[in-house]
Amino acid sequence: MTGVRPARLLLALFFGVLALGSGVALMATSAWLISRAAQHPPVLTLMVAIVAVRAFGIGRGVFRYAERLTGHDVTFRVLADLRARVYERLERVGPLRGGDLLGRLVADVDAVQDLYLRVLLPGAAAAVVGGASVGLAWALLPAAGAVLLAALLVAGLLAPWLSAVAARRAESRGAELRGELTAHVVDTLRGAPELIAYGAAPERLAEAARLDRAHTRTAARSSASAGAGAALATLAGGLAVWGALAVGVPAVRSGRLDGVLLAVVVLLPLAAFEVVAGLPLAARTLGGVRRSADRVRAVLDRPDAVREPVSPEPLPAPPYALRVRDLRARWTPGGPYALDGVSLDLAPGRRCAVVGPSGSGKTTLTAVLLRLLDPAGGEVSLNDVDLREIAGDDVRRAVGVCGQDAHLFDTTIGENVRLARPDATEEEVRDALRRARLLDWVSALPAGLDTYVGEHGARVSGGQRQRVALARTLLADFPILLLDEPAEHLDVATADALTADLLAVTEGRTTLLVTHRLAGLAAVDEILVLSGGRVADRGTHAGLLSRPGPYRDMWEREREHDDALTAGRIAP
Amino acid sequence: MKPLDPRLLRYARTTRVYLALSVALGAATAGLVIAQATLLADLIARAFLGGASLAALRTPLLLLLGVVAGRALVAWLQEVAAHRSSAAVKSQLRGRLLAQAVRLGPAWLSGERGGELATVATRGVDALDGYFSRYLPQLVLAVIVPLAVGVRILSGDWVSALIIVLTLPLIPVFAILVGLSTRAKMDRQWRTLSMLAGHFLDVVSGLPTLKVFGRAKAQARTVREVTDRYRRATMATLRVAFLSALVLELLATLSVALVAVSIGLRLVNGEIGLRTALLVLILAPEAYLPLRQVGAQYHASVEGLTAAERIFEVVETPAPAGGTVTDVPDLTRATIRLDGVTVGYDGRDAPALADLSLTVHPGETVALVGPSGAGKSTLLAVLLGFVRPDAGRVLVDWTDLAAFDPDAWRARIAWVPQRPYLFAGTVADNIRLGRPDATDDEVRRAASDANALEFVEALPDGFATRLGDGGAGLSAGQRQRVALARAFLRDAPLLLLDEPTSNLDAESEAAVAEAIRRAAAGRTVVLVAHRPALAALADRTVRIEPAGVAA
Repeated sequence: MTGVRPARLLLALFFGVLALGSGVALMATSAWLISRAAQHPPVLTLMVAIVAVRAFGIGRGVFRYAERLTGHDVTFRVLADLRARVYERLERVGPLRGGDLLGRLVADVDAVQDLYLRVLLPGAAAAVVGGASVGLAWALLPAAGAVLLAALLVAGLLAPWLSAVAARRAESRGAELRGELTAHVVDTLRGAPELIAYGAAPERLAEAARLDRAHTRTAARSSASAGAGAALATLAGGLAVWGALAVGVPAVRSGRLDGVLLAVVVLLPLAAFEVVAGLPLAARTLGGVRRSADRVRAVLDRPDAVREPVSPEPLPAPPYALRVRDLRARWTPGGPYALDGVSLDLAPGRRCAVVGPSGSGKTTLTAVLLRLLDPAGGEVSLNDVDLREIAGDDVRRAVGVCGQDAHLFDTTIGENVRLARPDATEEEVRDALRRARLLDWVSALPAGLDTYVGEHGARVSGGQRQRVALARTLLADFPILLLDEPAEHLDVATADALTADLLAVTEGRTTLLVTHRLAGLAAVDEILVLSGGRVADRGTHAGLLSRPGPYRDMWEREREHDDALTAGRIAP
Repeated sequence: MKPLDPRLLRYARTTRVYLALSVALGAATAGLVIAQATLLADLIARAFLGGASLAALRTPLLLLLGVVAGRALVAWLQEVAAHRSSAAVKSQLRGRLLAQAVRLGPAWLSGERGGELATVATRGVDALDGYFSRYLPQLVLAVIVPLAVGVRILSGDWVSALIIVLTLPLIPVFAILVGLSTRAKMDRQWRTLSMLAGHFLDVVSGLPTLKVFGRAKAQARTVREVTDRYRRATMATLRVAFLSALVLELLATLSVALVAVSIGLRLVNGEIGLRTALLVLILAPEAYLPLRQVGAQYHASVEGLTAAERIFEVVETPAPAGGTVTDVPDLTRATIRLDGVTVGYDGRDAPALADLSLTVHPGETVALVGPSGAGKSTLLAVLLGFVRPDAGRVLVDWTDLAAFDPDAWRARIAWVPQRPYLFAGTVADNIRLGRPDATDDEVRRAASDANALEFVEALPDGFATRLGDGGAGLSAGQRQRVALARAFLRDAPLLLLDEPTSNLDAESEAAVAEAIRRAAAGRTVVLVAHRPALAALADRTVRIEPAGVAA
């Protein structure tokens, strides 16, 4: 999935092999040294072995350090690459809709880095050093090599596989109960006030305890199989030593093996088994990484939201007229139409509004006009050029949006506004803020334009957030401006003030205001009432109010609601 | 963070059993390791120097087979014990946390705390698995095995034992020293790291915005650059952080090498025998192994330990002592008097409720009005006994509210909060919250009174329809009406309603207001009203101002 840099990966692997290999070599050389020493040779004949033992003793620690550094380094490089690729892909597949998809995607991308650090590198190093150990044993006594190979395969492959299977089985068996328990715990904590007020807490806690006991019992039942992997690995290690003795002792007697090497043959497995000790963990990690990788791949494999033209038409010259004819659009192929036969004319300087309840297709319309979504039928054209013939980035130089989901980046107010035009002067940024009626507030801040807004703009209020976004849109100076529920999530007074300001600053500019609130719409030239993706009615504010219909119903409900609020505020 | 928090033993008793088991299994491991080394040394020495045959070595070989089987058995038992105890301990901690959270009450749980505790009680506690299955047994082994192995080596060759005794303690000492000297550096880099780590999520979340401003393509390079910067910053930290591991490994392996060379040289001079030399060679690495692994497993346990620590903090938070009087006066006849009640919330300049005096007569319906933030909901919380007045008192027929047993007092109250919470379960279960034994007919009647009958019956399974967490599947207005039905079914003499119609349209509001009027007959009602339709129900309207009182 990633553009791996083989040289760096190999370097990390190289150090890993040296670290593990030093451990095995330390034991083998020491065993030989002691056996040889038992024959009381001149000390000089042992010098090479003595130096080697010390070198391996130091090497192990040093190589391990080098391995961990290079391993982490290469992992982060992989991560940088993966993130950039995921980002580039996301840029094309369009917005991910719903829930915490993005948060999980980012966590999944981060999890995939474990593949290299905790699965591939330890696995490959274990394979190389394990293989070398088998090779050494084989060279000394083929039967001992065979014993070691069999034992390493059991401990290095079978045991990790067993423990991964056991973990998966326990997880699937306990998943439902665990889910139920988790939901119950969360529910209890969130609903604690009602539970306490209604005296229902003891019963609720008893139920939690019952669920918890059932969950604990399931976990206990799966414990026997969970231990099997570890037990098998230990058993294989012990049997390898035992088997080496069983084949080594007769070989020494028959002269097939030099007695000095018996200790090497027997003790080699003891050290070689440290090589596979980390593999069960790697196997379990692999399971998690796989699931993450699958989810990341599912996102990357989504089709492009928009088909870019092969040889795009150049962006026509302003002034711009946007024309929509019988537009149909949907978010997934074969899914329901979010827009079904909508027509609209945005001549230069004209201001229109689209109203309707949530789910009526308003946001889909802005997505199509911004060329973030291809029409499924009908036509959208800019100065008589089909929108599909113009490159998306060019369309978005002519059409801009200020929407409910305008994102504030975790940086300063100034940087957030300047995003629209990185070369804007500070005076221009200030002017945009002034037009968005935010300059006084910004100037009063101790750090002014350099004030940090926090993650998702969490350090400023909802109204200020929308106004920063508005200033950014004003600075970009789009010829056609879409305002997509700019006052959503704000309280009524703040929302109406913002809407009034918006309509004031867009005076004389081609504008499409998308909203479900009707206050202030007397100022626009035409209003489209959307319902279920279709145009239910259209006209001016006064015209629509003059006859019975969905618009007048909406208007009356809104008035009633506002009156109630106002009355409540100044109640007797 | 302590390697073994004594509070874990106190609050999760299974930990003690597990610890004892781990010690027993650790001792068994140490014994088996020593037995295996002794047998191996003996077998190799006899076969190499004595040229013994398999038949001659039969007994020690069989013994060795037994030891091998024994080690596998101990490994299995250790895993089983870890699994079972970990599950039991998690269950005990979770239970304690929940019980204590309920004891501490809604005022303590308010704000972010409820959500935070939910995370601690689920994901946080689950992270204890790493601690129990890997870290704790290693810790026990790290104490027992080096000691036992050291003694065994000492009985064979005191020089090697001396080398081990001198180097072994250096490992924790150096690990701590390196840790201390790098902590300042790590702390300094932490801020940079967390900032860089959040960047990707920030950019991905803002992708639609970037696209609108034509900045999306340019950001791909930035993503790469920032992650690269993140890598460089992290590597700078890791270079230092891994030093402690380096010291540990170096000391451990270098000591083994020293031991090997020393016994080799003395073997040449005939100062020790081959059997002893082999024994020492096999045992020396075993002395260092558990210590090396403890270091490696430590990180696996940090998250779980952090969660456990948070749970201990909560469990050790003193819960307010409730009163003991269970003989609550009949509220259909008792007068409730608030006398100079002041409630200050932590961290706010102005008190939530300042010097409020108010008398509520039996059977009266009182509407509370006033700007938001004036303390209307706080007043209800005081009446519920969720919040203790910091000054002043609440008297029920001249008995201080604080003297009553809270559960006995609340049994006389039905309450509908501003944002009622519905539990995962059926609609009927939710309505029955305060009266689990109510009949189906009573539930229906309560729902009908709350103007909820029509929409409940339109649900796929009617009253048996299961709701998601927090009442998912119902609109805010529907949730409110289910909560009202819950309060009506409770049939309590004191009814506390906090904006019970805030999410309803005019028609439903009128119906609910009518139901409240009926329910108010023979009951005392205190309701927070934002709307005229509700205020009209009241015998008396009390205006609450942020600064003080009116009555």
